Amino acid sequence: MEQTKTLKLVPELSDEKLKGLYQQMWLIRYFDEQVDQFFAKGLIHGTTHLAVGQEATAAGACALLSDEDKITSTHRGHGHSIAKGGRVDKMMAELFGRTTGYCKGKGGSMHIADLDKGNLGAMGIVGGGIPLAVGSALTAHMKKLDYVTVCFFGDGASNEGSFHEAVNMASIWDLPVVFFCENNQYGMSGNVSEMTNVEHIADRSAAYGIPGVVVDGNDIIEVINATYEATERARRGEGPTLIEAKTYRWKGHSKSDAKKYRTREEEKDWRDNRDPIKRFKEDLLEAGIATEDELETIKQAAKQEMDEAVEFAQNSPMPSLDELLTDVYA
Amino acid sequence: MREITYLEAVREAMSIEMRKNNDVFLMGEDIGVYGGAFGVSRGMIEEFGPERIRNTPISEAGIAGAAVGSALTGMRPIMELQFSDFITIALDQIVNQAAKLRYMYGGKGKVPMVVRTPSGSGTGAAAQHSQSLEAWVTHIPGLKVVQPSTAYDAKGLLKAAMDDDNPVIFYEHKLLYKTSSEVPEEEYSIPLGKADVKREGTDITIVATAIMVHKALEAAAELEKEGISVEVVDPRTLVPLDTETIIESVAKTGHLVVVHEAVKRGGFGGEIASMIAESEAFDYLDAPIKRLGGVETPIPYNPELEKAAIPQVPDIVNAVKETLTKKAVAK
Repeated sequence: MEQTKTLKLVPELSDEKLKGLYQQMWLIRYFDEQVDQFFAKGLIHGTTHLAVGQEATAAGACALLSDEDKITSTHRGHGHSIAKGGRVDKMMAELFGRTTGYCKGKGGSMHIADLDKGNLGAMGIVGGGIPLAVGSALTAHMKKLDYVTVCFFGDGASNEGSFHEAVNMASIWDLPVVFFCENNQYGMSGNVSEMTNVEHIADRSAAYGIPGVVVDGNDIIEVINATYEATERARRGEGPTLIEAKTYRWKGHSKSDAKKYRTREEEKDWRDNRDPIKRFKEDLLEAGIATEDELETIKQAAKQEMDEAVEFAQNSPMPSLDELLTDVYA
Repeated sequence: MREITYLEAVREAMSIEMRKNNDVFLMGEDIGVYGGAFGVSRGMIEEFGPERIRNTPISEAGIAGAAVGSALTGMRPIMELQFSDFITIALDQIVNQAAKLRYMYGGKGKVPMVVRTPSGSGTGAAAQHSQSLEAWVTHIPGLKVVQPSTAYDAKGLLKAAMDDDNPVIFYEHKLLYKTSSEVPEEEYSIPLGKADVKREGTDITIVATAIMVHKALEAAAELEKEGISVEVVDPRTLVPLDTETIIESVAKTGHLVVVHEAVKRGGFGGEIASMIAESEAFDYLDAPIKRLGGVETPIPYNPELEKAAIPQVPDIVNAVKETLTKKAVAK
């Protein structure tokens, strides 16, 4: 009889949890694909940044976080929000600008926050959330709370001054924060190799005297393992870690992007050969954790949750004009 | 009552609050054993220790962002920005994060932080360490902006700023640090948005901020000798602005001179003048509003040039006389 391969997971995760992560990855993909379609049809206005193809970084990095743990997110943040326990109905309602949205229709795609679930919010300023994550970690340190903060940012943000200032401060104070760089190879149009002369963003950790780890960001098992080790280290009071997860955004930077800066062949290669969901599916099947049928059922459940979210969003009320002037000051 | 300096009043307000509330802490460059660039936090690290008197790297964006993040998660940070000129480096965190989080999150979360920062010229520190940039932050919804002119006001306003659940930019004028006034030993709070009539008068209103309050009071004393009765209004906070007190004063005197140290062009004086022009007090004006502010140059190093770059007492005296003369001509 053929022996099943076991997952190379460091932390112990139940089969149910792993299947839940598979569902979450589909939910992230369906959400962003749905948003893409709504933009194309003109049903959502403004702008948006999709993380299709990057599902493993968000789901993997948040897999072991509790509601007490915090994240800071980015302009490409829908996946982070879902992975941190956000509800897709309230997220979609936000993109529709409705009162039932996470921000009552005032924040939109780039500013979804869910403080009750530890999502300190998505920042539209590249690198803007990095010092903020350090502040969140400082609170944990000063109040002697045992939560950790996972700070998501991209390869582009690692060239901002705020990255340098924040990582250095977290390092000298041994703060419980994990700097999680989703290197999806491109800023808006600039390839990472044109914008820095180091091979890995994680190499920069040496400049701050902290560990730097490179993982395949499309392999959720690797992402979970690296984040687990970094969060455990942080909780022990040993300070921050810089994780770099190599991944790829399948879509353009934002809604209008002709993608002249890369080839269709490159995109096809990542889609066909390095799809993070497909990969996790193969892992689950090979390890005998789920059957093909079960995984199909899980996928359909994600689809249905998304359909219900859309219905909720479309049927939700618009804010009254009185809302314009509220919430400026506490 | 005892007198203490403006600097001591700021330190005392922080110390009283920090003894009561463990969530309050001070973070900034060289605020530890050095005691801060101007000595405001001197002795505080001995009392509160290095965790709460948190000496930072030279990283204004990092400090500001850490203040925002810690405020959002339950602390009440005070950030000392060593010179107000350095706000340029911290401004993304203050303008794009601190000021907006609550609004863009639909009313969830709050950012109770105070940015204390010394501003103004007069120390010979030249163009990059002498500016008065407060008008920039008054333009940003979500921020509050405070400019105390006396030791008494500094202590009470800082208490209110620390109690406020919003980001407050608290401008301390360097030349006022060593000035003294009567300050109660106990804690008290001066509400943000409450102007103070520093001198009552009937002929003309001078609205002055920070160190210009003192120059306006000197000018008023001189003008009194010539039989001119000047009312000096100190807004104390620019955001929120106590428009009522200013309008009342102008309605009474019928004349307005606005004076601040910041460059006149784009300065907050334009806001005060416009506010009066749009208000019922406009009908009481007997002469055009006069604005005095810094000249449109960087602050120069040479002491005589430096003095000439900002309004001085004779300029205020002349502005008052000119405004009152225009009334005579008009009639």
